[in-house]
Amino acid sequence: MAATHVSATAGAVEQALRGRRTDVGGVAFRIALFGALLISLLVLVILLADVFRTAWPVFRDRGVADFVTSNISSLPERAGVRQGIIGSLYIVAFVVVIAIPLGIGGAIYMEEYARDTRLTRVINANIRNLAGVPAIVYGLLGIALFVQFQALQPITGGRSIISGGLTIAILVLPIVIITSAEALRAVPRSIREAAFGVGATRWEVVRSHVLPYAAPGIFTGTILTLARAFGETAPLILLGAATGFLSTGSAGFVDTLKGPYTALPTLVFAYARKNLRAFEQITAATIVTLLVVLLLVNATAIILRNRYERKW
Amino acid sequence: MSESGDPMDVTNRVQLPESEGGQAEHEQGPRLAVRQSRDEPEVQREVVFDVRDVSNYYGDFRAVRNVTLPVFRNEITALIGPSGCGKTTFLRNLNRMNDLIEGARIEGELLYHGVDLYDPQVDPVEVRRRIGMVFQKPNPFPKSIYDNVAFGPRIAGFTGNMDDLVEESLHRAALWDEVKDKLKESGMALSGGQQQRLCIARAIATRPDVILMDEPCSALDPIATQRIEDLMLELKHRYSIVIVTHNMQQAARVSDRTAFFTVEVHEDSGQRTGTVVEYDKTETIFTNPSDKRTEDYVTGRFG
Repeated sequence: MAATHVSATAGAVEQALRGRRTDVGGVAFRIALFGALLISLLVLVILLADVFRTAWPVFRDRGVADFVTSNISSLPERAGVRQGIIGSLYIVAFVVVIAIPLGIGGAIYMEEYARDTRLTRVINANIRNLAGVPAIVYGLLGIALFVQFQALQPITGGRSIISGGLTIAILVLPIVIITSAEALRAVPRSIREAAFGVGATRWEVVRSHVLPYAAPGIFTGTILTLARAFGETAPLILLGAATGFLSTGSAGFVDTLKGPYTALPTLVFAYARKNLRAFEQITAATIVTLLVVLLLVNATAIILRNRYERKW
Repeated sequence: MSESGDPMDVTNRVQLPESEGGQAEHEQGPRLAVRQSRDEPEVQREVVFDVRDVSNYYGDFRAVRNVTLPVFRNEITALIGPSGCGKTTFLRNLNRMNDLIEGARIEGELLYHGVDLYDPQVDPVEVRRRIGMVFQKPNPFPKSIYDNVAFGPRIAGFTGNMDDLVEESLHRAALWDEVKDKLKESGMALSGGQQQRLCIARAIATRPDVILMDEPCSALDPIATQRIEDLMLELKHRYSIVIVTHNMQQAARVSDRTAFFTVEVHEDSGQRTGTVVEYDKTETIFTNPSDKRTEDYVTGRFG
């Protein structure tokens, strides 16, 4: 009796377990998701492949060194990106020196010190909104503030690297604040409590525990910020980058900063507007240069981050 | 903290180096007598915390109301009660940990060795150096075992031999033998029970006067729990301990006094406010409670 009872149960179990059906909806969803990924990647790959293919003759015929050390020119066989690289690096330097310390500092104040009042919430929401403001608006702000504002003009020198760099620094500031604040918010409360619990002051808690814990996240935000600063074009065009030529040779450091300039993305824009067919290749080669410089800067930032991480 | 002479005294005695055994015995002598004569009229112990009619508010919400209880030196005081009855909130009053929560405030009077802990002149940082805390979930810093213990003394400006202090603290927390060969490894790599003992070592490294423990064993298995309990019985000879626990056996096993908290639900608002029903010697609470609610709780009929 017992045996037949067991086998009856076993039979029912077997039937239930083996009744495996194909989950049509699930499979379709999975295929759709994979398709979405594939299309995104495909577009990117095709774009990159096309750019590299177009740019190839320039690097092949003239060599990389010649292209990146040549100045802007209206003759395609002599056109290069030297001033663009220098200008872009200057602008990134402004971001590193101004936007990143200010942004991280602001984020620390907001997350660790400021009380949660209506005012802080309004400020918080507005910083998020600022990150979504179109870049061209920042360009207009830059013109008003650094070019037309009489008091600042002697310092910035009008449409100069200083104006462009400061404008880009302001533009990326909200991004620095938001990503840093996210990283700080991800630090577990238990770590703060543990530090307060042994008699640490707020500053000691932040310095010894919160910042080291949040550092990788803050660095990641920084890297994203640099990428953004590199790629930004519109405000720089407003601030005179496209038409400018970087003063070369004898000019001193400050004069260079106050002088006309250009940057890699603006150079892309400038070359792309030329009608000569040969400039298509120059444009593509400039894009490749932009990508490579961007990757180099990011790689440096990542190496620095990893080295910093290992210390803790 | 003008009247800091008293707790300093404790700290100094704790500082005496490895004469530990003799020292402890010496201190223990009269206390054992007290323990044995428990039922006789109380030999008055020193009061560490004198809590008078303390209530906790989060904004307008009253989380804990009208707690009055003395906490005595070199005793383990257990806070028991159902979830949400305000035990932890109350515990965190004792080292001003609630200051860190926005909108939290306290009413009533809370004296620590006669000093009003919430006097505007009192520095909460100094309070937390004297009144250490062990949290519910082991929360070592993501740093080395050594740095976990050394952090507190370092920021307190400790100038003695840090290696000795770290070793001594780990010894007292009954962790030294397990970690002495890997002090440079991360505290996060230890097991849960070891992490909690590391947190205890961290708490005693600042040479506190009191240790607050918020359900220190709730994330631990029975063996690790037993080790922590043994440790508490050991530590109470030097420190005063206040422990929140959900485990009534634990309260019965280790504590000298027990406060039973309960939660009152207000009929109109549905607000839940915790308060103390009964506070007495642990033995009394568990064998002969005077309040029906305490009896129901400790016999397992409720909660």
